[in-house]
Amino acid sequence: MNVSSGLAPILDELRRKFRSQIESAEISSVGEVYIQIDPITLSGLCAHLYRKFHARLTGVFSEDCREGDGCFYIRYVFAIAPAHGYVVVRTRIAPGKPEFISLTTAVPAVNWQEREIQDMFGLKAIGHPNPHRVALHDDWPDVHPLLKDFDLRTKLPPFQGERHHFREVEGEGVFQVPVGPVHAGIIEPGHFLFSVAGEPVLYLQIRLFYTHKGIEKLFESMPATHGVFLAESISGDSSFSHSTAFCQALERAGGMEVPMAARLIRTLLLELERIYNHVADIGAIATDVAFVVANAHAMQLKELILQLNDRLAGNRLLRGMNRIGGVRRGLETGQIQDLRDVMDSLRGRFDMLVDLIFSSMSTLDRLENTGVLTPQTAGDLGVVGVAGRASGIDLDVRRDHPYAAYDGLKFRVPVYTAGDVLHRLKVRVDEVCESISIIGQAVEQLSIKHASMARGDVVAHWKILPPGQCALGFVEGWRGEILHWVRTAENNRLERCKIKDPSLQNWPALSEAIQGNIIPDFPVVNKSFNLSYSGTDR
Amino acid sequence: MFKILRQSFNAGVVTTDYPAKPVETSPIFRGRPVFDFSRWKDARPAAEICPTSAIEVKDDSDARMVTVDYGKCIFCGLCADASPEKAIRISRECELAVQNRADLVIQAKYKLNRDGCQDHLIEICKTPSISASAVEVAGKRFKEEIAHILGRSLHIREVDAGSCNGCEIEIVNLTGPVYDIERFGIHFVASPRHADMLLVTGPVTRNMELALRKTYEATPDPRLVVAVGACGCSGGIFGENYASLGGVDKVIPVDVYIPGCPPCPQALLHGILLAVQRLQQKLIKSRGRSV
Repeated sequence: MNVSSGLAPILDELRRKFRSQIESAEISSVGEVYIQIDPITLSGLCAHLYRKFHARLTGVFSEDCREGDGCFYIRYVFAIAPAHGYVVVRTRIAPGKPEFISLTTAVPAVNWQEREIQDMFGLKAIGHPNPHRVALHDDWPDVHPLLKDFDLRTKLPPFQGERHHFREVEGEGVFQVPVGPVHAGIIEPGHFLFSVAGEPVLYLQIRLFYTHKGIEKLFESMPATHGVFLAESISGDSSFSHSTAFCQALERAGGMEVPMAARLIRTLLLELERIYNHVADIGAIATDVAFVVANAHAMQLKELILQLNDRLAGNRLLRGMNRIGGVRRGLETGQIQDLRDVMDSLRGRFDMLVDLIFSSMSTLDRLENTGVLTPQTAGDLGVVGVAGRASGIDLDVRRDHPYAAYDGLKFRVPVYTAGDVLHRLKVRVDEVCESISIIGQAVEQLSIKHASMARGDVVAHWKILPPGQCALGFVEGWRGEILHWVRTAENNRLERCKIKDPSLQNWPALSEAIQGNIIPDFPVVNKSFNLSYSGTDR
Repeated sequence: MFKILRQSFNAGVVTTDYPAKPVETSPIFRGRPVFDFSRWKDARPAAEICPTSAIEVKDDSDARMVTVDYGKCIFCGLCADASPEKAIRISRECELAVQNRADLVIQAKYKLNRDGCQDHLIEICKTPSISASAVEVAGKRFKEEIAHILGRSLHIREVDAGSCNGCEIEIVNLTGPVYDIERFGIHFVASPRHADMLLVTGPVTRNMELALRKTYEATPDPRLVVAVGACGCSGGIFGENYASLGGVDKVIPVDVYIPGCPPCPQALLHGILLAVQRLQQKLIKSRGRSV
């Protein structure tokens, strides 16, 4: 556990500056700062954290605590990279006045999250520049699913068709091109409305949440041990990252000490998940500019890792490996050697794949200066992960807020500023190389220090999760920062589980990156972000 | 150009021999849990630990009905850990597709002890499913059947009706060089209007219901629907809730169910193969003659 001492001076400073406006403040046992303040002070505190401590507002969500505390809370999660810690600020919302002050105008990064609070809790975001529904589609009845008095199994009237009013884009020769929700490829559903004049895209409106499955509500209905499997199904391509974030949140809430061997195994598997997804994306980007041969090679490498996953975890997507407290089984000597051998083989074959792509001038020509996301826009929208690092956002949870075994491993975080498809590809290429190196280091540590790993050595023993505990779980998934925030209830259940997939943060950036590009380049631009619909919609 | 050719030449043939040869999964692959019902003394711990209620227990005075539903199973393997008498074994079987939803369900009736444990097995109620040999024969005739019925090609439109995208990962793998579904004359197409089969994933969310119906209506007859994964078969871990309808057959008729979370590429191939058989039956029925 990373109890960060860097937060204590920050809390002292905030106490000095905001004095009586701070209603309560404490550092939790796992080193997260929890502050409750008067809603009026919120924007001032937010600005202060930004300016003075380089904080990043990474999550905004609500909680229905009417039963216990007689109010709603809105929570704001600030990541403070220099202090390697998180500050969670909450404000009380009285049920008689169900509204909160919107921060979107100052911090556009929270646009969708504030609107989601409106949809899910019926709290109004005062001053929001575009307060329309985002999570619940326009035809939904007037329900707010995350309210405690809304029953999970409520039967709603059947879907009658989208009645969403898109923004009008007018002018001579302007056409609208609607696409989806069922797409042409084997991908997830969502609706894109392109406004075009000739070939270039003037404006792209993105309508998501077609795959909304009630996941956050479901977490409140099942034992936390079942929740691990639900976490694996938030976004299938990030099964292991999401389940790790979920387990870590509960381990922190329960004050568990996860054995080092389990942390090393998680690290290995997280990197394998990164590799198979990055390799697949590299191939898919090549396909989208018609370099299909490169994709055939990439898919072989992806299969190489998926089969390795099966041999290490019994499942090709690494499902069923995580558990609260550690992992379900250790790795045998034979499996570790297998992992080493595959990495040795991958290294050479991956270099050849990269060489193939980078020596194809016609491919590079299509990728360079395509779908540019400027560092300025990326910063304003709070873009994270691969897309952020290609646009100058130097952020990596593994380095800034170490978890699992990353504290003791050496790796480089690639950052570029060009922000085009080519550089999102380059970030992936660099990261695959770093992942192979991380795996090498973790395997060394695992085989030196933890040669014998009986079942007991890979899981912390626990029986009861203390109720009423709050904690964050954070993971740098292959796409970017994944956050889970939990508040525990009695009987190993959850009062609230907030999920934030990096996709939610990054979707609006796609609208910006595509502007001025031609529609035929949309698939490759979209692929270079490769955002999860399911992770966004939950 | 030379580099491209050399690399392809060096790669050689990478395509799997499946279905001519059996599936090769790892020794620890978690496939179908196999139940030794007569040995099972207490089903309650397994039912309690199962995240998707694929194992359910219903007691009626001194009798107990245990229901096992492979359509709900996510193959986590927890049930095997919850049976100290070793009545549950996690096998490596993955070819689990069936034509009838009921074929995925097994029920076992027990006489109960006073302490709530199972005294002895009374009977096992299970519909006989497609035998392994039938599928093997189908595998050999697969290519000819497609050639015969559909003029050498089966066109599939994939529809994600709210999946977590896990099933999509494996479906995409079917199109790669290793599983290479095109070797059977099967193609994934961009529009339902070109499709013979809809391969549907996800529990069908409320927001995708209409899109799924419209896609189905746009697919010309005779059409096949294959429900993929625990979610497609039953709603999986999402089940039925305000946003999830709980399975593809809640919305459109389904011809074949492929369990798995997600099903591995071979399991998908096996299910698609079963569906082609089903198509033949459909054609006989609708045209009144053999094809």
